[in-house]
Amino acid sequence: MPVTIQIPTALRVFTDRKSEVQAKGAIIAEAIADFAASYPDIKQHLYDEGGTLRSFINIYLGDTNIKNLGGLDTPLKDGDILMLVPAIAGGSNP
Amino acid sequence: MTSIIPEARARDLSNDEISRYSRHLLLPEVGMEGQKRLAASRVLIVGTGGLGAPLALYLAAAGVGTIGVVDFDFVEASNLQRQIIHSTRDIDRPKTASAKDRIKGLNPGVEVVVHNTRLTSENALDIFSGYDLVADGTDNYQTRYLVNDACVLLGIPNVYGSIYQFEGQASVFYAKEGPCYRCLYPSPPPPGLVPSCAEGGVLGVLPGIVGTIQACEAIKLIVGGAESLIGRLLLFDAWNMKFRELRIERDPNCPICGASPTIRGLIDYEQFCGIGLPSDEAPIETITAVELKERIDRGDRLQLIDIREPHERAIVKFPGAKYIPLGQMARRVDEFDPSADAVFLCKIGQRSVFAIRALRDSGYEGRLINLKDGVNAWARDVDKSLPQY
Repeated sequence: MPVTIQIPTALRVFTDRKSEVQAKGAIIAEAIADFAASYPDIKQHLYDEGGTLRSFINIYLGDTNIKNLGGLDTPLKDGDILMLVPAIAGGSNP
Repeated sequence: MTSIIPEARARDLSNDEISRYSRHLLLPEVGMEGQKRLAASRVLIVGTGGLGAPLALYLAAAGVGTIGVVDFDFVEASNLQRQIIHSTRDIDRPKTASAKDRIKGLNPGVEVVVHNTRLTSENALDIFSGYDLVADGTDNYQTRYLVNDACVLLGIPNVYGSIYQFEGQASVFYAKEGPCYRCLYPSPPPPGLVPSCAEGGVLGVLPGIVGTIQACEAIKLIVGGAESLIGRLLLFDAWNMKFRELRIERDPNCPICGASPTIRGLIDYEQFCGIGLPSDEAPIETITAVELKERIDRGDRLQLIDIREPHERAIVKFPGAKYIPLGQMARRVDEFDPSADAVFLCKIGQRSVFAIRALRDSGYEGRLINLKDGVNAWARDVDKSLPQY
């Protein structure tokens, strides 16, 4: 299924500054893996050494966190929009 | 939700105060009851930077009775683009001193408690005790988890705001009523992965907006009766001027606010955030700006790789460097020559570490060296005609 992934500013350095990318997958895990294959520099930031998706990034399908759906196994349909919401910490200069 | 300040604590207002807060008193949602609660309330602001500045000013103006400020930092010129509680004449003063002066100047009726110290696991519970709520305006993950955990343990709300470049997040984490920060983000990113504002930059007005949203949430929790951001994450994109709201659920397995908590006291947050931990990674070789200058002058065969973004190179160019942005290392590995040392340059020598790791991970076997403290060190120690940014 072709879906759109919305990229937060903190990760756009790895997507040629694109705020949205297209990816394909029947479930969310496949779409994220397809996205990471297209932009290999983002891989080490999305996945830990064991290949698990890092927990400082939440993935929302519409307005719902996929943790409250079927997680990475949640099925996708054409035109779904996934949003990556990473933890950001900025307040002032360190 | 109902006010976090019990009615019995509400403090009577003088006639002068009634005049000062007239525009609040005219709102039935605030009124005398709400203003008396504000007068009795005690709010702690952690960090008097970009977020803390509007927070402190609006809470002082609104008549919060006691405002505590925690910071250990001194005012620098580069703060003044957004930290509007400090002024040019405050440069080199402790931020807490400058913040106290501005709060007192704005509203002498506010009691200001200065905590001129770094917040740590050892002092956080003592400092937080006695405050009705904490507003988090910090700039790093260690302190964010520390603030969250201390608030959960003490049962007080954590009014959260965070910023990066043009994007902001705000919420209210209050374990009695909804999720905490750990429910949303169980663990932080690896150190350095999300660049700090010092490296990534931040639109000066952004913390003004996000900090003002935090002030609004703090006032609503005190006055009571309003719809708070508990259980909702507000995302703000200043560049496209868009707000979006996402639901956050409580995590029943949350290690601090879940059904069977495993964290029962404050922990070592540096360790939790992976800072200073020994790792199996081979150490990254560094070179100082002065040493690099010597090697260049000697005519050593070097590949100077500037990984900064185009707009940063417009501030300071590095002579003779090849430009390969951080986000393109893995896919441009073939452009490197393993027989010549490669020296990586960024602004302060932090992002360049990621460039080196990315090349290592992609199988590159040449020698990789990081310029310590980056192009700013070159401007400071070698070519003083260049600006530091």
